[in-house]
Amino acid sequence: MPETLVTIAYLAAGLLFIFSLGGLSAQESARRGNVFGMLGMLIAVLVTAFGPRVDSYTVLTGALVIGGAIGAVLASRVEMTSMPQLVAILHSFVGLAAVLVGIATAMDTSKALYGIDARIHEIEIYVGVFVGAVTFTGSVVAFGKLQGLIGSRPLLLPGRHLVNLIAVLGCAYAGLWFVNSGEYFAPVWPLYVCTAIAFLLGVHLVLAIGGADMPVVVSMLNSYSGWAAAAAGFMLQNDLLIITGALVGSSGAILSYIMCHAMNRSFLSVILGGFGADEGAAPAGGSAQPAGEVKPVTAEETADLLRDAKSVIIVPGYGMAVAQAQYPLYEVTKILREKGANVRFAIHPVAGRLPGHMNVLLAEAKVPYDIVLEMEEINEDFDDTDVVLVIGANDIVNPGALDDPSSPIFGMPILEVWKAKICIVMKRGMASGYAGVDNPLFYKENTRMLFGDAKKTIDAVLGSLKEVSRS
Amino acid sequence: MKLAVPKECRPGERRVAVTPENVSRLIKMGFAVAVEHDAGAAASFGDDDYVAAGAEIVADTRAIWQTGDILLKVQPPSMHPALNVHEADLIREGGTLVSFLYPGKNKDIVDKLAARKATAIAVDQIPRITRAQKMDALSSMANIAGYRAVVEAASFYGRFFTGQMTAAGRVPPAKILVIGAGVAGLAAIGAARGMGAIVRAFDTRPTVKEQVKSMGAEFIELNVHEDGEGAGGYAKEMSPAFIKAEMEMFAAQAKDVDIIITTALVPNRPAPILITEEMVKSMKKGSVIVDLAAENGGNCALTQPGEVVERYGVHILGYTDLPSRLAPTASLLFGNNLTHLLADLGGASHFHLDLADEVVRGALVVRGGEVIWPPPPRPPVVLPPNPAAVAPKAIPAHAAKQKKPSAAGTSIFLIVAAAAFIGLGLVAPPAFLSHLTVFALACIVGWQVVWNVTPALHTPLMSVTNAISGIIVVGGMLQVSGPPTSTITILGAAAILLATINIAGGFLVTQRMLKMFRR
Repeated sequence: MPETLVTIAYLAAGLLFIFSLGGLSAQESARRGNVFGMLGMLIAVLVTAFGPRVDSYTVLTGALVIGGAIGAVLASRVEMTSMPQLVAILHSFVGLAAVLVGIATAMDTSKALYGIDARIHEIEIYVGVFVGAVTFTGSVVAFGKLQGLIGSRPLLLPGRHLVNLIAVLGCAYAGLWFVNSGEYFAPVWPLYVCTAIAFLLGVHLVLAIGGADMPVVVSMLNSYSGWAAAAAGFMLQNDLLIITGALVGSSGAILSYIMCHAMNRSFLSVILGGFGADEGAAPAGGSAQPAGEVKPVTAEETADLLRDAKSVIIVPGYGMAVAQAQYPLYEVTKILREKGANVRFAIHPVAGRLPGHMNVLLAEAKVPYDIVLEMEEINEDFDDTDVVLVIGANDIVNPGALDDPSSPIFGMPILEVWKAKICIVMKRGMASGYAGVDNPLFYKENTRMLFGDAKKTIDAVLGSLKEVSRS
Repeated sequence: MKLAVPKECRPGERRVAVTPENVSRLIKMGFAVAVEHDAGAAASFGDDDYVAAGAEIVADTRAIWQTGDILLKVQPPSMHPALNVHEADLIREGGTLVSFLYPGKNKDIVDKLAARKATAIAVDQIPRITRAQKMDALSSMANIAGYRAVVEAASFYGRFFTGQMTAAGRVPPAKILVIGAGVAGLAAIGAARGMGAIVRAFDTRPTVKEQVKSMGAEFIELNVHEDGEGAGGYAKEMSPAFIKAEMEMFAAQAKDVDIIITTALVPNRPAPILITEEMVKSMKKGSVIVDLAAENGGNCALTQPGEVVERYGVHILGYTDLPSRLAPTASLLFGNNLTHLLADLGGASHFHLDLADEVVRGALVVRGGEVIWPPPPRPPVVLPPNPAAVAPKAIPAHAAKQKKPSAAGTSIFLIVAAAAFIGLGLVAPPAFLSHLTVFALACIVGWQVVWNVTPALHTPLMSVTNAISGIIVVGGMLQVSGPPTSTITILGAAAILLATINIAGGFLVTQRMLKMFRR
């Protein structure tokens, strides 16, 4: 297959990837988009395999088959609640692959480069390996935290910013050494040094970030994995890798931006870590215990309230996912909708552990996607709502974010659930959320607390609803 | 100058024109105050309280009417039941009376006072201008009537006002409709909201909508638009089309609400009938109507002024003495109004009735035996604009928090970017530049495309980008053509393996997720 045909096939694959992401703009076109992506990948792999630079197929086929099988098993087995872990570990694979490709390229002496070309090539390798290494270990740690293998509390070493700085400087020094070695082919070992330091840096960076910021970290690593792929594209002079890497890199960057915006925090403060520890240690100096009392409610009374309600908004949080309450919740929704009530779900951008995580979980429970709305779409409707059910969410419904400047989450956009006539909060107990902030919502006059495990409570509400609709 | 406070003689009246608290202030202003024996008893003010405040107690009714230069009363003069003589005839020749007078319907009393060469100031005629607000006894009494209307309604209504979740079960909140959002209406809204009821309010004047909402009630609007704002802040009579729409709305509301409080009055006309017999019939049993317009005929067709009647299971309260039912507070506020009025008239030392003064001209009914009421019409007063409308809107705190990059920062960034571009252009080889071009454009495309992704699909977005970032497989594939045992081949094979996991895993899990999204 001639080189030009390979190039044009790469262009086609690149365009198909762009269409693939474009298809995700709406649920209707999303599946077609995914097919475009698969098609693009198929073209890219086939063209590369039969292109002029590949002539041995045993190892290639073996690796493709084994990798494909592992991937297929992972994809079919994974629980939807574990999506964040899967995404994180997949990032780590891209990172590690970028490191391996980079080192292999550096060791490859078959193509000699001179002068500025050699320099640029070495810089490309170096950047690709560095970003890949940070992505790899960072993603592994993120996976560990999401899976619960590593505690979600941020690990804060003394002088951690200094540690990061030294690591970056060390890498830069090794890099200079690597690039300026003055030989036609740079010795590879400064690259190993750099890789080792970058591995440690990745671990340290993500260890310092608390559990609640994981959505940002995962998006950020998504972005890094893209940049690592793009850097690999530069070193291999391959435009398809560059295009794809840039797409993925921008995508991750946008998601990180959206997440940070939804928490009213700067990107830098998130990745430098420590939220919920150093700021949260002295929680809100001026804010006294919110006035008012907590009014508990039973599942039966909740069912009564729901039965009389004309409009209901359900605000799910990670607690719902943990308890797997989305299935009985959808049954409740069905009963209420059959009675003619307007039932909708309100999703905060940072609900769950991954951007869009709640939507996937609700979709899995067969909740129709047209009643699942984003914060901006629904926040003004709380005024006209009879009952709001808050399930396993805390910080995203904390009114302190709007009116208490001393609150650590002040300025974060939130779902204004207290504007409804009655707001029922389902919670295990009175513990505060990840941000470690007390929630004045629980003390509001129109708030009722329904304590207990989310799944058991919803089951009880469901039972009570069914009983009465039968009688 | 001596002020005299006789005991109110109208049956059922519990108020008194001046309280002991007022007495001490009036004495400071230079007046001497005489109070009839037991004048404040019904309002819980004893003679000893008045004495302690500095007043003189006069036991004889005729004597008190004769001694005072200025007589302070609540109700218009009427037949005194004990003495069997009209109070207006008791006033001494040339004396001054300050009280409610309603000269429009009490022509005979005005004439009697004129015959005594008296001077009469009707506190009900004080114009509703900003300066006179502190003397506006009608508003004070309307406020009390509005509050008391809710209290009376509550005592006849057999349920909670507030919705409650009790251990024994749930109790729904009461729904209250308040018609007319004047002083009384707003007070009723406030009291009912305070007790936890759901309150709706209607008024022909759209300008009161904000006040209604600020009290926590829902403002009912009609599809017909017409401004009912008449002169001096009162309502005016509306067009037939408006009234039709209004009546339809009342009929619909009557079926829904538990309590109706009507306060609709149009100046110098009988109260409009807003709640018909049909509407009363359609109300739930146990509902309550409180008609604050009962004295002027009532807003409900079945209202009996001064009485409580039960029709079709609905209690209709036509009390005309609501302020008197809250006598201590009503007396205090009325006394305060009179005190402000007397201070405005110059106090004891400079007491003077200046006809050029808008307040005096409006309230002065009889001057030295000459009836000078009604006053010549004045040009309509331009109401001051609603302060809420002109006050600058508070800037939301978080909107102000967004910071804009500084101009200096932007220009430094541009200079650095330009220098980097020039530097690259000078040293970089053409092949690198073409890749850089592709990279930069791809970033822009990616940025545009990803912003269009609906937030609901962000998780599939992440998994599909996972899959396509597996494109790094191509890098591995280019490195496995060497000898199978060489390091490069092994590294390449490992890269292929990892990247393929990504490709297969990413695409398949995306497919799985997207299948779940359904309408």
